[in-house]
Amino acid sequence: MCVLAHVFEAAGIATVALVSVLPVAEKMHPPRALYCEFPLGRPLGRPGDADFQHDVARRAFALLDAPEGPVLETHPEVIELDDAAPLSCALPPRFDPSVPEAVDEARALRDAYERTRTATGRTSVGRVADADGVSDLVAAFVRIADGVDWTQAGLPGDPVSAAHDVRAYYEEASLALVDGPPDPGAAEAWFYEVSAAGRVVLAARRAMQAAQAPFPLWFYMARATRQ
Amino acid sequence: MSGGGADAAMREYAANLPVPEIDGTSWTVPVPLGDATVAIVTTAALHEVGDERYGPADTGYRVLARETRDLVMGHWSPNFDRAGFAADLDVVYPIDRLEELAARGVIGAVAPHHVAFAGNQDDTVTKVRLDSGPRAARILRDDGVDIVLLTPV
Repeated sequence: MCVLAHVFEAAGIATVALVSVLPVAEKMHPPRALYCEFPLGRPLGRPGDADFQHDVARRAFALLDAPEGPVLETHPEVIELDDAAPLSCALPPRFDPSVPEAVDEARALRDAYERTRTATGRTSVGRVADADGVSDLVAAFVRIADGVDWTQAGLPGDPVSAAHDVRAYYEEASLALVDGPPDPGAAEAWFYEVSAAGRVVLAARRAMQAAQAPFPLWFYMARATRQ
Repeated sequence: MSGGGADAAMREYAANLPVPEIDGTSWTVPVPLGDATVAIVTTAALHEVGDERYGPADTGYRVLARETRDLVMGHWSPNFDRAGFAADLDVVYPIDRLEELAARGVIGAVAPHHVAFAGNQDDTVTKVRLDSGPRAARILRDDGVDIVLLTPV
């Protein structure tokens, strides 16, 4: 981010940067920066709140009035991600006892996922499987958690991308089950702490670590602080 | 362990990463905002449907057309909130906010193209500084862009 500010500025384009890590901005002195202590992943602060996003943009563009730089200001509001409570979001009842709970659950969330996709017009599912394939990814993670070597579990791609698809599917589905954008971290907490699929992904990750799978292939399956 | 405190841990980690020494601060005198063509450059690893996906250490960029809204989050890091973006594109990529500012005359115009990187860099950031960064800047400059709003994740 700070490097890019220098690059674009040197190319003759003035820049204003929203920055999320203050010490880096202090070390790299981009020309004009607004430090926003908002949850990582939400640089404009509040999803669904156009007024707040305009406030952030207005404060950033105001830095263009500075006669010289570097100029580093701080947005006055802090929005913390701090032990977010899981979404209060109903999970589907058990439907097909012949498949693992997590697989059954993933299948049952298909309609909710589709409602979100229709409403937003976009999805980030699809790195190794589309929405129809997510339950197969979950089934593969169940096998890994149960001790099957990850290379033999039937994943159609690398486990990091597969875990991304499962998490994205669940988080997008959850948006159709609650009112308004979730609090920071709440959908993630719901996925890892409440849903069967999230717990299976973490279990598969632990199994891969124990089996000495390559570090990047298990570590990046979930947030670093998740166990 | 929960995800609580996770942002603090990531901020501390990022703050302690070595960063390159950059002599001085590059500085372009901006044209008045009301006359400026503005583009967004994000490090959120966004890409259009069907565009090349990002690799884990990708230092390249993807061009985002002004009118495209069905963007994909292609970032490899699991260490940030994704649900905000899933609910509202503008919380990461404030393209609708720019359109509103243009309609009000606060900015001169919204650029026809915007740019996404994945926030990756080699130790000396040489690739971004000397290759992909300048190439992306050239695209925006050719579009007549005067001001860039940089957004992270």
